[in-house]
Amino acid sequence: MLDVLASGPLLTVQDLGRTAARRYGVPASGAMDRFALVAANRLVGNPPDAAALEITAGGAELVLSAPALVAVTGADLGARCNDRHLPLWTAVRVGRGERIRFTGRSGEWGARAYLAVTGGIAVPIALGSRATDLAGGFGGLAGRALPPGDRLPIGPPPPLAELAPGRYWPPELRPPYGSRPTLRLLPGPHVGGFGPEALELLTTRIWRVGATSNRMGYRLEGPPLAALRPFDLPSLGVVPGVIQVPPDGAPILLMADAQTTGGYPVIGTVIGADLPLAAQLLPGDALRLTLATLEEALAAHRALVAMLNQPLDADEGDLLAAMAGWW
Amino acid sequence: MTFTWTFTPLGEAALLAEAVTADHEAANRAALAAAAALEAGRPPGFIAATPAIASLLVCFDPLVAGHAAMTAIVRALLEDPPPLREQGRVVTIPVTYGGEAGPDLEEVAAILGITPAEVVAAHTSGPFRVMMIGFAPGFPYIGPLPPRLRVPRRATPRATVPPGSVALAAGLTGIYPARLPGGWHVIGRTALRLFDAAAEPPALLAPGDLVQFVADA
Repeated sequence: MLDVLASGPLLTVQDLGRTAARRYGVPASGAMDRFALVAANRLVGNPPDAAALEITAGGAELVLSAPALVAVTGADLGARCNDRHLPLWTAVRVGRGERIRFTGRSGEWGARAYLAVTGGIAVPIALGSRATDLAGGFGGLAGRALPPGDRLPIGPPPPLAELAPGRYWPPELRPPYGSRPTLRLLPGPHVGGFGPEALELLTTRIWRVGATSNRMGYRLEGPPLAALRPFDLPSLGVVPGVIQVPPDGAPILLMADAQTTGGYPVIGTVIGADLPLAAQLLPGDALRLTLATLEEALAAHRALVAMLNQPLDADEGDLLAAMAGWW
Repeated sequence: MTFTWTFTPLGEAALLAEAVTADHEAANRAALAAAAALEAGRPPGFIAATPAIASLLVCFDPLVAGHAAMTAIVRALLEDPPPLREQGRVVTIPVTYGGEAGPDLEEVAAILGITPAEVVAAHTSGPFRVMMIGFAPGFPYIGPLPPRLRVPRRATPRATVPPGSVALAAGLTGIYPARLPGGWHVIGRTALRLFDAAAEPPALLAPGDLVQFVADA
């Protein structure tokens, strides 16, 4: 069992989400930073889509009721194990009763850390995933964020799992995390309804993540993006990464919990390879947007998958085969 | 097919096809047929299809299927849709109209220049088709409604609308599966459960279903 002693602003169970349930209008959900989730799982010998904890901004404290191999990836949220510094992107053996806690963002950037445990968080599968759907109230543990007092079951170690404390994920095999990231975007289907100055503003100004942002999407604060004339669109399918522009001109970057359809015009879509960078932003953080081509987006996607598939040890061939098509 | 489709990438792993036509009903039928064919045939790399009012979103693995290849598959399906095997299912939805269950019934009647009873008569005249599921898990967009029932969205959305609320906007009718913010005019309420994550399938309605509203006595 993994016991929650403190939660911080938002503590949830997440995996790679439930894309197949889109047909029922169910958001994908899953980890905001999918790269960090998969890396954490690989470090502890789990399949890439095992469920882990998503810690937001810090403040969480957890304790294991049995010794286990754990890994913390993503943001540096000041992870500690009892009074020791807990190394990030590293498989670490944690003893029974030892307290894993997150004191808060340490350094210039970071919003979300992932705590994976060998065996994964073994909450029931709902609609094909263990991810928490906060709006729908299902998945995760009882369909909600985890308050102090929650007890999370841990699954059995996967067969053939290579359990090696000390296994390390080097910085050169991670996305280029940092403060004020530049996110690449492809022009969207309705960009023509805005005129060139809107796209110019979008891709030259510094934008700030608004205070009302959450796992569904980020309000981006900056100059308003004016449409040439009001849009009257029938609702259409959207995905995380899409940037919608409501009539007030303040763009919204859709994130993991975004609804499956929307009625606002889509001015662009942040490429998948840069969504882990977006996932590491908190309200008040700055970002830039820049145009990319589809070829660049594909190359970035390939590069990210190649980083995730990089063998950390010589004996991970079976795991790599199991990871095909995870992204 | 008397209209065309535009195709735009939504990132490297999704493409959006939009119909260039005001005939949403024809576009929607093509989108539903193409989505059903994709779900049944599952071409290499295909992950999910989201048919909407007059568009189709397809998510895929770009390391398996290129954008050009997936666009070609989707374009062929949309421009020459396979026969849609409509489930032929008619789902009856009992509704309590007006009063506390439908606080906007009087206002809708006033906008349309008819009586509340005539609004109910028109709404129960159907059946109407489920064009898409979206906005929230299990939320059906049902229509298009006859012109005599077309009202715009509310000027000010409500912070919350109770589950089961039956509402009108933008030439469509919908049903709120859960307590949600709502910009549509609420004219009634059903006791049926629209979405249950533990059920199979989890949504009461699917695109292509025919919905017959019936007034509770």
